[in-house]
Amino acid sequence: MQALRTIFFPSINDAASRRMIMTLVVVMCLIPILNLVFPEDSFFHVGSNTIILLGKYFCYAILAISLDLVWGYCGILSLGHGAFFALGGYAMGMYLVRQYGIEIEATGQIIPEFMIAMGLSELPWFWYGFDNFWFALLMVVLAPGVLAYLFGYFAFKSRVPGVDLSIITQALTFALMQGFRLGEFGFGGTNGLTAFREILGFDITSDVTRLVLLMTTIVVLILALIFSKFISKSKAGRVLISVRDAEQKTRFIGYRVEHYKLFIFVVSAGLAGIAGALFVTQVGIINPDEFSPLNSIEIVIWVAIGGRATIYGAIIGAVLVNYAKTVFTGLFPEFWVFLLGGLFVVSTLFFPKGIAGMFSNAKLQAFVESVKTTVFSKNDDKKGEV
Amino acid sequence: MVNKHLANTNGILYLSGVSVSFDGFKAINNLNLIIEPGEMRAIIGPNGAGKTTMMDIITGKTRPDEGDVIFKSSIDLTQLDEVEIANIGIGRKFQKPTVIETLSVFENLEMAMAGRRSVWQSLIHKLSKQDIKKIKDNLKLINLEEDELRLAGDLSHGQKQWLEIGMLILTDPELLLVDEPAAGMTDDETMKTAELLKEINKTRSVVVVEHDMDFIRALECKVTVLHEGRVLAEGTLDQVQSNQQVIDVYLGR
Repeated sequence: MQALRTIFFPSINDAASRRMIMTLVVVMCLIPILNLVFPEDSFFHVGSNTIILLGKYFCYAILAISLDLVWGYCGILSLGHGAFFALGGYAMGMYLVRQYGIEIEATGQIIPEFMIAMGLSELPWFWYGFDNFWFALLMVVLAPGVLAYLFGYFAFKSRVPGVDLSIITQALTFALMQGFRLGEFGFGGTNGLTAFREILGFDITSDVTRLVLLMTTIVVLILALIFSKFISKSKAGRVLISVRDAEQKTRFIGYRVEHYKLFIFVVSAGLAGIAGALFVTQVGIINPDEFSPLNSIEIVIWVAIGGRATIYGAIIGAVLVNYAKTVFTGLFPEFWVFLLGGLFVVSTLFFPKGIAGMFSNAKLQAFVESVKTTVFSKNDDKKGEV
Repeated sequence: MVNKHLANTNGILYLSGVSVSFDGFKAINNLNLIIEPGEMRAIIGPNGAGKTTMMDIITGKTRPDEGDVIFKSSIDLTQLDEVEIANIGIGRKFQKPTVIETLSVFENLEMAMAGRRSVWQSLIHKLSKQDIKKIKDNLKLINLEEDELRLAGDLSHGQKQWLEIGMLILTDPELLLVDEPAAGMTDDETMKTAELLKEINKTRSVVVVEHDMDFIRALECKVTVLHEGRVLAEGTLDQVQSNQQVIDVYLGR
């Protein structure tokens, strides 16, 4: 424990990250009270819909952190991070649908209902093991991790330039979407995996389970923040920054640029997978639409609006943009895409460092100072008049 | 492949019969060059003479079509890539100062310091007292003692050049290739840079590509004139400056 503290604690040496952790801890303590203690008709009551919504936002925040690691720190603009998120989601979904099923008399095997509907009479080989929670959890990280490794190994080794790489990542997630849509692929086709009942023996639709899942998501989010800060504050983090800003130079002072890219890409994909798994437990469905190229572009917008290369900025961006999405798609659903695009344009033009950059912006601070002084000096004048 | 007869040469860098062409244009044409251990050498020549291409070949950025490029009489550089070449002790400073602008001066030097380069080692890397002392000594050498916490991007052009040279020294190379270090510098900075290179030359071999004759004079070293991808003349600065061929193609213009 002490060893862990000495390794990780110095990484959280900026005030903003500490404030972010404090906020998350406060949210984590408040929600059970607001949900369980206050009666349903109370103004302060937090209903189960809000809990699902919050869980969704925080899963997206973890996903945003994973993109910030590769894009913010290492300059790899992945437009396919939704694929890793969805793969993690599918791994968890496979565990959840295997919690019940129909027994095939010939073999004695219990297989999920949708497989019967698709005409399968036995479990495909790649479904073996997924009835075990820990195996599924391993696959949540391993499936996206291995895909990222294979993809990154060839892409970084052959030094595919930035824009081309972004396009290939889009193609990757698009291809996976088309693949998962096929019923023969064995993952439930366009319907995906849904109608979950139990997780580790608990009723997945009960309020308490949902609360516990939200708490788990917040804990994972905090750990992801600390872990990412640890990487970014280490010397490896500085190497990643030099790869982003001066790739050739980094190579000439003797660093294997492609190893660093591969490392952060795989770590990031694993983290995205964890986010996807948590997402599926709370939203209750995973289908091929999660691979949609548009989803991956949205992640980029969250991080751009929140502020790159800060980690906590990614969290702010993901939560705020998705909250805005919830509000606006309720009010004027057809305008949301335009608003999102507009936000992206405005943020890149006027706030290239995003919301996080605004806090540390010297100009803004100077502005706040000047407002303060004018307000206070006016008060002084009034006192003088009286 | 290393030819047997090459084993006799004891130069730190040995180029023999090197040629390379781009789209039919011979950038380097049967180039021969030997740099002795501990030597300082200035390379001059008109634009397009192949100076930068020669540096590219030595550092593995460009592969020669033919010829031998041998480091320390036994290592065939044409078989290695940029990272391997950097790690066996050849440092290169580019024409345009390339420092990592978003890191501080200190962090730039930390990045460059010789040592393990793998991802895992970087993750758990901690600076030792000796490391910090080495960086501080280096800061003194390159005149940036008071700027260690500034972002490298905020330095002046001349200071960036020095920082880059400082980074190169910390990678602990045996041979340093320096491409137009004095370009864009004030006279005062130019002379300081010459002093800096002479100081470095006390412990390492240095190859400098430059146009500025005052700077080369201040280096007090042997000069090689390149023209159309091969060596036109070699000798002291006075010797090459009085060479009629050199005057015709380069100095006279």
